[in-house]
Amino acid sequence: MSQKTRTIKTIRIDVDKCNGCRACELICSAFHAVPRYSSNNPERARIRVLYDPLRDIYVPVYAGAYAAAECAGRDRYTIDGKEYAECAFCRASCSSRDIFKEPDSGLPLKCDMCEADPPLAEPMCVQWCLAEALTYEERQEEGAAEPALGEIEIGLEALAARHGWQKLVDTVARLAQKDGTPMDAAKP
Amino acid sequence: MRYAETGFDLEVDLTRGNIERVATDPRLTRLHLGGLGINARILWDRVPPEVEPFSPENLLIFGAGLLVGTPAVGCNRTIVSTFSPQTRLMAYSIMGGFWAPELKYAGYDRVILRGRAAELVYLWIHNDRVEIRDAAHLQGKGAVETAELIRQELREPKAQVAAIGLAGENRVYFASIEQGRSSASRGGIGAVMGDKRLKAIAVRGTRDVHIARPDIFLELVSEVLQYIEVRRNHPIPGVMPILAGLGSPQEMVVHDEKWHTENFSWGNSRHRRKDFWTEEIEKKWTATLESMRTRLISCHNCPMKCAATISVPGQPTYMMKCFSKLTYTMAAMSDLEFGLRIAQLATEHGVDAFSAPQVMAFALELYEAGILTDQDFPGMPADNEGRFYWLLDRIVRREGIGDVLANGTHWAAREIGRGAEEYAHNNIKKHEQLPLKLGMLNPIYFLMYSTGEKINITQIEGNFPQAPFATREEREAFARDWIHVPDERFKQWFVDWELRGERSIPHYPPVDATCEIVNWQEQMHYIDDSIGMCAGLSSFPLKPPYHIHNLPTLISAGAGFDLDEAGLTQIARRNRTLVRAVNIRRGLRREDEKPPADHWRKRFPELETRLLDEYYRYKGWNADGIPTEESLRELSLDDVADDFLQRGILTAGGEARGEATSAQPPAPGE
Ligand code: SF4
Ligand code: SF4
Ligand code: SF4
Repeated sequence: MSQKTRTIKTIRIDVDKCNGCRACELICSAFHAVPRYSSNNPERARIRVLYDPLRDIYVPVYAGAYAAAECAGRDRYTIDGKEYAECAFCRASCSSRDIFKEPDSGLPLKCDMCEADPPLAEPMCVQWCLAEALTYEERQEEGAAEPALGEIEIGLEALAARHGWQKLVDTVARLAQKDGTPMDAAKP
Repeated sequence: MRYAETGFDLEVDLTRGNIERVATDPRLTRLHLGGLGINARILWDRVPPEVEPFSPENLLIFGAGLLVGTPAVGCNRTIVSTFSPQTRLMAYSIMGGFWAPELKYAGYDRVILRGRAAELVYLWIHNDRVEIRDAAHLQGKGAVETAELIRQELREPKAQVAAIGLAGENRVYFASIEQGRSSASRGGIGAVMGDKRLKAIAVRGTRDVHIARPDIFLELVSEVLQYIEVRRNHPIPGVMPILAGLGSPQEMVVHDEKWHTENFSWGNSRHRRKDFWTEEIEKKWTATLESMRTRLISCHNCPMKCAATISVPGQPTYMMKCFSKLTYTMAAMSDLEFGLRIAQLATEHGVDAFSAPQVMAFALELYEAGILTDQDFPGMPADNEGRFYWLLDRIVRREGIGDVLANGTHWAAREIGRGAEEYAHNNIKKHEQLPLKLGMLNPIYFLMYSTGEKINITQIEGNFPQAPFATREEREAFARDWIHVPDERFKQWFVDWELRGERSIPHYPPVDATCEIVNWQEQMHYIDDSIGMCAGLSSFPLKPPYHIHNLPTLISAGAGFDLDEAGLTQIARRNRTLVRAVNIRRGLRREDEKPPADHWRKRFPELETRLLDEYYRYKGWNADGIPTEESLRELSLDDVADDFLQRGILTAGGEARGEATSAQPPAPGE
């Protein structure tokens, strides 16, 4: 892999400023709807707010990489006397919990920083967080370039990790046949 | 495909334990939008006027507004409707928070409950899975506590729970339904829930809510968001802090309570304390709030932070919003710390924070007057604060005198007799009102207080300033970017409105202008209540982000049918008229439409008669406040017209039977 200048995109999260409105979840789900903004469902959001008002817990968490298996152990943080739920700060879409999964398919969700063409000035969740609990930063860094994975690729990788590539390929072929559509005919 | 709404209701018969998912008629949406409008339609269609509030035939409806669950900022209201044990009329209290969006995501626009469970139960809605579950172990538990226990036993930390406390279980006439940071409090709907033996409804949803024209919708909502940000840095000059910004209002943010503490009445809505707010008190109360307020919090999809998490040392944490901050403090003639302490218990018990403190202050007045005696208060402490705790406990348990007081001041006074009626002095339609006593009659407020069926002034007032600004320059400056008015005449009425002299209250604004101003303000609330919009971003504050000129686009882009200002105005009128019709059929008449006798010191009986006459006419109602056949038919409420004719509430040809309380012609040019 070649050395390259990369843009590091960072969202700063200030949990003290979060008011628990969940606007970030809602707008993320709307932004990723097809067509864009045509449907809303926080369960499809790539950010979730861990929320326990009576214990003053407010943690906006971004969906990170898919984890094929859960960690060998769990973590539990106490900060300022507040004990956070198990795995509270973890970004993984993982089999041990129900967040960051498509509600219909169970496929993992991952924050893509609202990739769009033309690019947005700021990710949607940041724009909608008037409380300024979420702020956006970009900086340049030298590092190895990695190919970015598209949504379908992330989903397929997750399925492959669970069932194996061969089974996946067989299933796709079988389903396409059942549809009565030879696979080639799907091309325009 | 249905847009903005899900197209399904959940029908639950608690007697038989039957649950059905029922597809709804999209034509109803075009006629009534949703929320309050459709709730009223269902109550009209399905609850005959002779049904008692506490009866299995009464319905309890939890309706989500039409645009709830969409990105429309601040659109998160649950409209709870039923018949009130206190007013015996339609009650439609509204709560913010997170419950209604969750219901939409679960795939329902409303939950319609009928019947009565044999034992205490709760309802668990998880998308298609809906269960009635035993709640024996939750009996007597606080409302906040109940929500926590249910989330734990279901292992669903994301479930939203609306629950009643002890007051609801014991059918206290002013029991509320609590939902974390929000509550539906007015009209005793918590008592109806208790009568149905329904402790709570928990809901969790993971479905989609669709938007018909996403680009237009998002563009408009983004503008709203930008405007909210602009307004944050540009409060309206010349009004008290609470009216300068947006929100419902932001009582938990504000420290300066000079206006409330010096203008509102203390005790049983009796004493005005004009020099109350000193630097010392401001310091002390600021310190109290700062030390107990853990965090400012918002409702679903709203940046406004009108509520707060409150942790009072030695008591469980709870959440508070709006004017409940001061109602207990002022009723007990105490301080903010006491108010925040007792409100924690009151929230767990689930009582309305307007009525409950006044009922307790009323009891203590009766005691001082010798109408109630030591025998009625066995073991009551000697200090005022101790007495409030003692009384609250008796009321929510309906023990001893508490059983009488639990019916609210109107009914309690009748039961106690011996002159007690005089002390139940702050009611409209049998329901306790804001503790406010003023000097000069304000014609706008006279009409809103008299004719409002939401029972709370804050739910019908809003977009027109409460009082004129001191100078013409200030008024002109205010009117300059006042795009919210339906037309330019409203600006003129405001600019010409003076604090003193010929163009001041009670004779200015003139009667015809007053009718239009009241109608405009009320109309905006009726729109909000149908789409589920928080009044705090729309009908309540001055110059809100949502108004009659952008709401039609929002609704049509969201729900996918064409709607212009005239169309939306017509729907608001239809919904307003339908609510009135429901109440007329239950006996509401002109004689019920009056503010408390002592609300203003200076009253003007002739002017008041004219105001009511003209307003009724403007609304398309006859002299007894009954919608005329003509106006009902014009609003496509033919079935209502036919019913009124059949019952003899209206007679063919127009005039109602045995009414016309005032037949005077309007006086020329006041
Ligand atoms: S939008 Fe901001 S304030 Fe609201 S929940 Fe998300 S992070 Fe918190
Ligand atoms: S950056 Fe974009 S994709 Fe990521 S959580 Fe925020 S809104 Fe969603
Ligand atoms: S304005 Fe206040 S009450 Fe209204 S939705 Fe926003 S936070 Fe809730």
